[in-house]
Amino acid sequence: MTTADVAVSVRDLRKTYGRLVALDNVSFDIGRGETFALLGPNGAGKSTAIEILEGYRDRTSGHAEVLGIDPGIGGLDWKARLGIVLQSTGESGNVTVREQLAHFAGYYPHSRDVEEIIAAVGLEQKAKTLIRKLSGGQRRRVDVALGIIGRPELLFLDEPTTGFDPESRRQFWQLIRSLKSEGTTILLTTHYLDEAAQLGDRAGIIAGGRLIDIGPIDELGGAEARVPLVRWRQDGVLREERTTEPGTLVASLAAGGREPDDLEIVRPSLEDIYLGLVAKHEADRELEPVS
Amino acid sequence: MTAATIPRLPAGRTVRLGLSRIRYEVKIYFRQGDSVFFTFLFPLVMLTIFSVAFSEQTFGQDADGNDVSAAGFYLPAMLAAGLLLSGLQNMAIDIAGEKSDGTLKRFAGTPLPVLSYFIGKIGQVLVTGILQAALLLLVAAVVFRVPLPTEPERWFTFAWVFLLGVITSAVLGIALSGLPRSGKSATAVIIPIALVLQFISGVYLGFAQLPEWLQNFASIFPLKWMAQGMRAVFLPSNYASVEVGGTWDLPNVALVTGIWFVLGLVVCRLTFRWIRKDS
Repeated sequence: MTTADVAVSVRDLRKTYGRLVALDNVSFDIGRGETFALLGPNGAGKSTAIEILEGYRDRTSGHAEVLGIDPGIGGLDWKARLGIVLQSTGESGNVTVREQLAHFAGYYPHSRDVEEIIAAVGLEQKAKTLIRKLSGGQRRRVDVALGIIGRPELLFLDEPTTGFDPESRRQFWQLIRSLKSEGTTILLTTHYLDEAAQLGDRAGIIAGGRLIDIGPIDELGGAEARVPLVRWRQDGVLREERTTEPGTLVASLAAGGREPDDLEIVRPSLEDIYLGLVAKHEADRELEPVS
Repeated sequence: MTAATIPRLPAGRTVRLGLSRIRYEVKIYFRQGDSVFFTFLFPLVMLTIFSVAFSEQTFGQDADGNDVSAAGFYLPAMLAAGLLLSGLQNMAIDIAGEKSDGTLKRFAGTPLPVLSYFIGKIGQVLVTGILQAALLLLVAAVVFRVPLPTEPERWFTFAWVFLLGVITSAVLGIALSGLPRSGKSATAVIIPIALVLQFISGVYLGFAQLPEWLQNFASIFPLKWMAQGMRAVFLPSNYASVEVGGTWDLPNVALVTGIWFVLGLVVCRLTFRWIRKDS
């Protein structure tokens, strides 16, 4: 990728708080127009990483560039090109949805149409309602609306769909896909792996402050992690075997003319792969000598 | 990528957004029941209480022998209290709340200039302060029959004491907003400061009746001077003899308030941040 194709570039990013290492030499790139999902357990360093890139935190060392600018010194011109949906919303919000969006639209040079955005986040019925009177999921949609009102080149979404019901989540995915089709670059953190699978082009997994895997969603964990699992019950005991040739195994199990009990062939889901990677990282860590 | 390819924001937007912030802030202010009562209407409530409680008493006479009523005596004090409440108390509590509820963090991620935010805050104080003073004057004149001054020079004094006072008070409020550790503790930290200042500065208690050491101490702070400036506007000229030094001492009203204004600006400039980067 050339510089012009890269929206976010991170090299050896490190963040320490006293002796605590929150981020340990993390490196990745996000291409323009790409949707990149950052996955990982709570406290793994996802939010620290995203907040460094948003300009909210200083890094201890390493290199970071967001839309060609060091986020540690990015000014208003730079911020006008970003959309940020923070993890937490806490505002009391004594303004209506429409008032808030119209006011924030004024901050940006090429803002979107307010009514269009209200419709896109499905709050037409609530446009005249005070934000503090909305439900948690509805407030979250206002956050998302505020994040995209300025027509950002790069959109940060930090756990955007927390508190959404399944229907709103589907609608939200649709909205993100339309932003994506307009060329918006998106950096997403989420706990919902189906969300990452639905939206993400690539994903990185952070655990214990380290990037333990990165790649296209359907290649995470490598080919080995995707080897199907055959499960059956033999003499009352649950057995399972990983094999690249599940058909052959099943055939051999049934060879004696005896139907195996509770037979199933499982292809690991993204969630299985993710949990496997994080568990492996934890196990490796315990083996490391304490420095 | 070179700097030349990065789109620049249009010039002049700081002022435009500042004006937009003023409208937004004033709208929110009047939607908050507690701020409307404890900062906007409070001086009016106190003026009413004093007028009713001391309705049988007079508070001295002017040079022509006319009695000064309780409402007439307390009007300048309540105007000064309004300056303190609308500016310092309102700003310090408001901004401490915005700091802890994530409002400022949200602004930090937008291209809103800090200066526009300040223009919005000071504008809000100015607008609500003017409405508050107008309401006080109206009720004092119409309901409590307080004779308002007719001399233009008195109204000129009112204009500058009010403007300098309300803006200084707002700036000091912004400066003090960093003091409370959370939005929840803000009222508990700020209201006592404001209350003590009012008691020692001649708002609720006659300044002349305070012991000299307390007068000297209170003279360090701007509220004493704002209250004195307001007395110079609304009390008969012969009342100046009761003041420390026997005059209204308007030059020092301007000087001390002005020094606090500059001091407040410096503290704001040095301490105000959208967020603490590593908290």
